[in-house]
Amino acid sequence: MAVTVSIPTILRTHTGGEKSVPAEGATVSEVIEDLDAKHGGIKARLVTDGSLHRFVNVYVNDEDVRFAGGLQAPVADGDTVTILPAVAGGA
Amino acid sequence: MRRPSAAPYPGIVLVIRSDLAAEIVAHARRDHPDEACGVIAGPEGSDRPERIIPMANAERSPTFYRFDSAEQLRVWREMDAADEVPVVIYHSHTATEAYPSRTDIGLAAEPDAHYVLVSTREQGTDELRSYRIIDGVVTEEPVEVIESYMFAHTGVDDVPDQG
Repeated sequence: MAVTVSIPTILRTHTGGEKSVPAEGATVSEVIEDLDAKHGGIKARLVTDGSLHRFVNVYVNDEDVRFAGGLQAPVADGDTVTILPAVAGGA
Repeated sequence: MRRPSAAPYPGIVLVIRSDLAAEIVAHARRDHPDEACGVIAGPEGSDRPERIIPMANAERSPTFYRFDSAEQLRVWREMDAADEVPVVIYHSHTATEAYPSRTDIGLAAEPDAHYVLVSTREQGTDELRSYRIIDGVVTEEPVEVIESYMFAHTGVDDVPDQG
């Protein structure tokens, strides 16, 4: 499955400044593995101990994967995977 | 003359229209005692906040805030389509000073944004301050509140002023 991955500003150091890059995979997890093979170090920014980092949002098209199987969420040919760091904080 | 904020590191001052600063404070007061949060979008490369988007605090908490993930995706896509970036990311502290907490610093993930904090702990006193937060390092910057960007050199000149 060929997908397009939208990369947030803070991770563009891994993609040579590119805002979106192509990747392959049948699940979000496989897409992240493929991304990491092409853009070393990106997986560590997204995944901790085998699950998605709590303050990273990953979407397949319009759906937050947190509600769709997490890293095992399926992706289909032509899908867009969007990575956005959560905007959060606390007093 | 151009102030040094035009390039190459536009982080030494936040120049913001007074109506936008007032809207941040009004939003914070409205949501008190919960934390309020939002974004001000501006043209990419301009460092000029123009379009305020009050966001829902998905945590609805007096001590924590988080943008709703679906709303964030929608707003970030709108900005992308309009060649805008989040120039300002704001939130309120309802019982402490307007200074980034450890959590704020640890989670700051927009290196180009001005992080604006407003404290609503005192009725009648509005404390609004601005910071850069990059790789865990906080740098406070002065806030220059102006009536219009028309005569202020706040960024590149080929981006039309909106107000």
